[in-house]
Amino acid sequence: MKIRQIVELLDAKVYCGEDMMDVDLHSACASDMMSDVLAFVKDQALLISGLCNPQVIRTADMMDIKCIALVRGKRPTEDMIEIAREKGIALISSGHRMYSACGTLYAHGLQPGEITV
Amino acid sequence: MTALHLEFDVAGNNFVSAGSASDEVKKTLKMLGVGAQFVRKVAIAMYEGEINMVIHAGGGRAIVDIYPDRIVIVLTDNGPGIPDIELAMRDGYSTAPEAIRNLGFGAGMGLPNMKKYTDSFKIDSVVGKGTTVTMTVNFAA
Repeated sequence: MKIRQIVELLDAKVYCGEDMMDVDLHSACASDMMSDVLAFVKDQALLISGLCNPQVIRTADMMDIKCIALVRGKRPTEDMIEIAREKGIALISSGHRMYSACGTLYAHGLQPGEITV
Repeated sequence: MTALHLEFDVAGNNFVSAGSASDEVKKTLKMLGVGAQFVRKVAIAMYEGEINMVIHAGGGRAIVDIYPDRIVIVLTDNGPGIPDIELAMRDGYSTAPEAIRNLGFGAGMGLPNMKKYTDSFKIDSVVGKGTTVTMTVNFAA
């Protein structure tokens, strides 16, 4: 699923990564706990989180995650936008709650898809 | 065999900068042409270690030696130490305060994740003195 489609499905605002809309993502994970995210590596992944601080961006970067969707209408801080831009991570925010964001993307074919390292 | 030697001070109680040492190591490994899956393992393990030092020990020091076939990371702090390492290694066991959980950490997966992503993992800890974690990741299947 392209980031563009995720933005449309979640009716999200793009804070950075406007040039990444055609990047294709193969999997997704959703958590507010960053160590849970770090426990399972996924390929070309989207991170869905209600947590809104710079460590979300750092965690995504360590996992080579390409796009972060903040839910529940969280607005990223300037710090977060700057780190995301530097790391080449698309940062978007949606008014959806976690459950409906996940459900919507899953229903449209975005799978969990873990890989082993 | 020559090694690339890196040292970092990890500032305590600074959540914005936490992870910057891991970020530097990740960049260095990428630049050296180390395979992406190995870079990811190192990045995750070191990042968890760095976060642990920030949360529990008021910061510490990271000493990293990169060899052609492996990386050795030594994380040392002068924090409170770990009274029961076996218990601390258990999935989901955490002593992190509520404020840390609100920041997205303290799920009790830090040490298990570090062990999971490394080829050798050792903790030496003395209560009241501090903790040293030594991790190695080999760059071959």
